[in-house]
Amino acid sequence: MRKLITTLLILPFVAMAAGGEYKLDDAQIDLTDSLSLQRGAKNYVNYCLGCHSTKHIRYIRMAYDFNIEEERVLEEIAPEGANIYDTMHSAMNGHDAEKWFGITPPDLSLIARSRGADWLYTYLRSFYVDKAKTFGVNNAVLKDVGMPNPLWQLQGLQQAVYRNISGKEKLTKLRISEPGKLSPKEFDRFVNDLVNFLVYVGEPHQLERKRIGKYVLFYLLLFTVVAYLLKKEYWKDIHKKESTWSNLR
Amino acid sequence: MNIEGVDVDTSKRQFLTTAMTVVGAVGAGYLAVPFLAQMQPSTKALAAGAPTEVDISKMESGQLLRVEWRGKPAWLLNRTSEVLEALDTLEDKLSDPMSNESIQPEYCKNRYRSIKPELLVTIGLCTHLGCSPTFRPEVAPSDLGPDWKGGFFCPCHGSWFDLAGRVYRGVPAPTNMDIPPHRYVTETLIIIGEDDVEEGAEA
Amino acid sequence: MKSKHLADCGNWILKRFPLAKLWNEHMAQYYAPKNFNFWYFFGSLALLVLVNQIITGILLTMNYKPDAKLAFDSVEYIMRDVNWGWLIRYMHSTGASAFFIVIYLHMFRGIIYGSFKQPRELIWIFGMLIYLCLMAEAFMGYLLPWGQMSFWGAQVIISLFSAIPIVGDELALWIRGDYVISDATLNRFFAFHVIAIPLILIMLVFLHLVALHEVGSNNPDGVEIKESKDPFGVPVDGIPFHPYYTVKDIVGVGVFLFFFATVIFYMPEMGGYFLEHANFIPADPLATPEHIAPLWYFTPFYAILRAIPDKFAGVIGMGGAIFVLFLLPWLDRGPVKSIRYRGGIYKKALLLFVISFFALGYLGTQPATPTATIFARIFTVIYFGFFLLMPVYTRWEKTKRVPARVTHQPTLEERIQDLKQLFDEVTVKKPVKTADGKLVLKRKPDPERLKKAGIRIVKKLKDSLD
Repeated sequence: MRKLITTLLILPFVAMAAGGEYKLDDAQIDLTDSLSLQRGAKNYVNYCLGCHSTKHIRYIRMAYDFNIEEERVLEEIAPEGANIYDTMHSAMNGHDAEKWFGITPPDLSLIARSRGADWLYTYLRSFYVDKAKTFGVNNAVLKDVGMPNPLWQLQGLQQAVYRNISGKEKLTKLRISEPGKLSPKEFDRFVNDLVNFLVYVGEPHQLERKRIGKYVLFYLLLFTVVAYLLKKEYWKDIHKKESTWSNLR
Repeated sequence: MNIEGVDVDTSKRQFLTTAMTVVGAVGAGYLAVPFLAQMQPSTKALAAGAPTEVDISKMESGQLLRVEWRGKPAWLLNRTSEVLEALDTLEDKLSDPMSNESIQPEYCKNRYRSIKPELLVTIGLCTHLGCSPTFRPEVAPSDLGPDWKGGFFCPCHGSWFDLAGRVYRGVPAPTNMDIPPHRYVTETLIIIGEDDVEEGAEA
Repeated sequence: MKSKHLADCGNWILKRFPLAKLWNEHMAQYYAPKNFNFWYFFGSLALLVLVNQIITGILLTMNYKPDAKLAFDSVEYIMRDVNWGWLIRYMHSTGASAFFIVIYLHMFRGIIYGSFKQPRELIWIFGMLIYLCLMAEAFMGYLLPWGQMSFWGAQVIISLFSAIPIVGDELALWIRGDYVISDATLNRFFAFHVIAIPLILIMLVFLHLVALHEVGSNNPDGVEIKESKDPFGVPVDGIPFHPYYTVKDIVGVGVFLFFFATVIFYMPEMGGYFLEHANFIPADPLATPEHIAPLWYFTPFYAILRAIPDKFAGVIGMGGAIFVLFLLPWLDRGPVKSIRYRGGIYKKALLLFVISFFALGYLGTQPATPTATIFARIFTVIYFGFFLLMPVYTRWEKTKRVPARVTHQPTLEERIQDLKQLFDEVTVKKPVKTADGKLVLKRKPDPERLKKAGIRIVKKLKDSLD
């Protein structure tokens, strides 16, 4: 009987197949790093906002969370003519986009929540030259990607390196074939700032949430302790009653 | 509270019950804050309440310009000199001619209720129950009678206001029409919802 | 003087409304068995979560827009622009999962202590109806954020109805109000979620409690406390619900809220189990996400559905898995209520059932690979076997003698003492040299003793299954 039970307990986990996907690199997410967020926001406006809106974040919220003046957000981050209350909308209209790319580029407000930071960090660094594709590039993380590499001038061009693993050609590595304006280290930091910003945009309140959480948990601890003492005090009645009975018996 | 007459330390029990009540009440109080605050205007509403810029360079004499500010009608009226003269003669018919009881920034608390005499900026809502009055600049029309010297007439409950937004005596509206905070950025550009006074009550 | 006015005012009400009577009947003179253990917290916690869901739900409807074009954005509007909107939304989304955790534990309590058995069958039936309503409530509520998972989850579940012969397609069409999940579906689900089902739910909770207070609570010994009463007609093993269980439940509330708040403030997505990642993408009727899984509380039933290789039979299997729970009071022929006095065969069957429930729950979250499907089938058989074979194996089982009165078991506080003892037992103090050359006595686990204690615990566990 026990054997059956243990087998049943273990088997579902053994049955889990190991995935053969491209390995994701770790993004360093630190939302308290205001400078990184500011760089990320600036980079976003310069390289992404042309096609991808982030319609759920307002510039005023960024000023508040980055702890900088509203004027600085408008001057240094927001595109010309934006109002501090505006959300980050893209200059491109959906109709044109559909004509050029086949789809409307998605809004990226929540991309970090649906894809995760590591995925974004790896994805943005994993474009490689593939002449067969419309935009001349493919991506190791998202195969047959329908988007050109917006950062190629910074990163340079990459070539895919394949290796034969158990009879199958597998993409294992990317190699820079033509250097870009930034060194690989600088470029990693550039993308990391961008991803940091996207994680922030996914849930602007997350730092506040965690900050408040400490107080709430501390309060609940106090609440529970007082409640426990109260319970113990009242239940003395029951325990005393029990012992009087056992004495009588 | 106790059963079977078992001895209990009532003062300790009382103390703990009070402590629990206080801790619970504090928690409930703090929990109530977000629940109530969520009904306050959201950031989107605040965004819509941002100051409105109005270009007055193309306004003609006697023209009324309607713009939206915080979802309310804000009116800009370019008054002629005849109108201003008429306003001087009305004071004994008004209930608050010097705007002592009414809402306006300090710099508009004068006879014409404006920064520059000819240009009135006001919220186009009757102070009675919030209808938007009609603009009736003509003098003594047949439906309003010979006493009408031009002004704003509220069709809902018949309140009369003059062309400075001041309320007449004997009508339902209690006070003059509200004047929003505003300032001149240039001679021809007005910004409503913002003034030079730091941290004004309405800003 | 003032207090006299207050008293007059109070009397005026008391003469016209049976407040004192209600209070006494259901709180101050409602006698609950004195031997409740921690399993008995979950009933009151379920009530707490229900209140949480209703309050936060009302607040959410103030800003939510049940319109296919606006719904997704309005949720993000709540999360960002509405003051404290994120907190209220997380309280509601975490509350939904917490509701199921609490309810599953509450149901399991009923199963292990035989709370569904005569004379409490009707309480169980009302409880099961509450559970059914909760499932409907959760399912419809999950469509409202209008994300990819919302959309495709609803698409899959509503398609189940089309498996019903003859009327199936018409029925699915009628539920959706359109040929696909659309604005019409969203709008009607909103109506059901915020008003229709909550009303039924509250009614059922009321009936559940009325029925419970009529027959009185069961307890971990499965002894009817009303059978031994003192000369005043009060059960000798009963204690007034208020103040004894109110103060005790407050402790439970404190502990529960601690965990609840931890999730809300530190892991609101709970690794994709409470809020699924794909649901942060707006619903797209043209593209199904690569892998769709229902929320965790439905996965055991979803796994059963997928395990059966025929559409209609699968639907029957899934429905049957829930329906069979309704029959529990009549399937169980065992003469004793509590697991403490039941035979080994029931305990082993129950353990298998619990394992299969968890395993099915896990499999339901995973893609249906051929191996996974085979396991899902095995566990489905065990799941149904537990219930359908129950009339047979419970009749044979050798039960232990049930005491006449409730027994005293070690409380959680006393168990902590035992744990300390166990810790002392398996560790030895050893002198250790610190960096600056001092000798310090440090506790280190001792492998010999660990093994001994381990064997003892396993033996004890094995004995407890007999």
